[in-house]
Amino acid sequence: MKISTIRELLSAEVLTGADRLEEHVYSACGSDMMSDVLAYVKDQAVLLTGLVNTQVVRTAEMMDMHCIVFVRSKQPTPEIVQLAEESGIVLMATPKRLYEACGILYSNGLVGNKVKE
Amino acid sequence: MSDALSFRFNVDGDDFTSAGQASVQVKKDLRRLGIPAEIIRRVSIAMYEGEINMVIHAGGGEAEVRVTEEAIEIILSDTGPGIADIDRAMQAGYSTAPDTIRSLGFGAGMGLPNMKRYTDYMDIQSTVGVGTTITMRVNLA
Repeated sequence: MKISTIRELLSAEVLTGADRLEEHVYSACGSDMMSDVLAYVKDQAVLLTGLVNTQVVRTAEMMDMHCIVFVRSKQPTPEIVQLAEESGIVLMATPKRLYEACGILYSNGLVGNKVKE
Repeated sequence: MSDALSFRFNVDGDDFTSAGQASVQVKKDLRRLGIPAEIIRRVSIAMYEGEINMVIHAGGGEAEVRVTEEAIEIILSDTGPGIADIDRAMQAGYSTAPDTIRSLGFGAGMGLPNMKRYTDYMDIQSTVGVGTTITMRVNLA
């Protein structure tokens, strides 16, 4: 799924990384606990979360993720946006809730933690 | 062991916001050395969790990363309160972190288990009231 499709499906606002919306992603996860995100090392490309702080971006960076979606229209600070910019990570904010946002992406074919054989 | 390339970092214990900076730097350094991406990810996640732990529990500490032909070794040492019951601390879901840390997305009791999961070797030396040293190794060969 293209990141631009995620933006459309979630009616999301792009906060940084508008030039990378054509990248393809194949998996996603939704969580507010960063250690739970870090517990699955297999390729996850998109993180949906209601948590807004710099550690969300660092967690995504450690996992080589491409995109973070903040749910319920939460707005990151300029510091967080800058960190994402430096790390080459697309940041978006959607008005949808975490459960709903995950459900929409899942039912449109972005199915969770794909384990590579 | 052959000659090691070594990186050292001070982990600032006062600032949760900046926690993880050393891991980000290590990730860049390892990439420059041409280490495979999957290995880099395992090393940086293990070190990141360790760094977060040092900030949460120990008021910071020191990190050293040694790269040899055989392995990447991460040594994290602090002079914090120490770990009273290491077996318990290794259980997934057990945490002594305060609620303030949980509201920041950590303190789920997954840090040490994650560190063990991502490394080929992990050793914890800890003395209550003195500090903790954790050695982790990810094999390259």
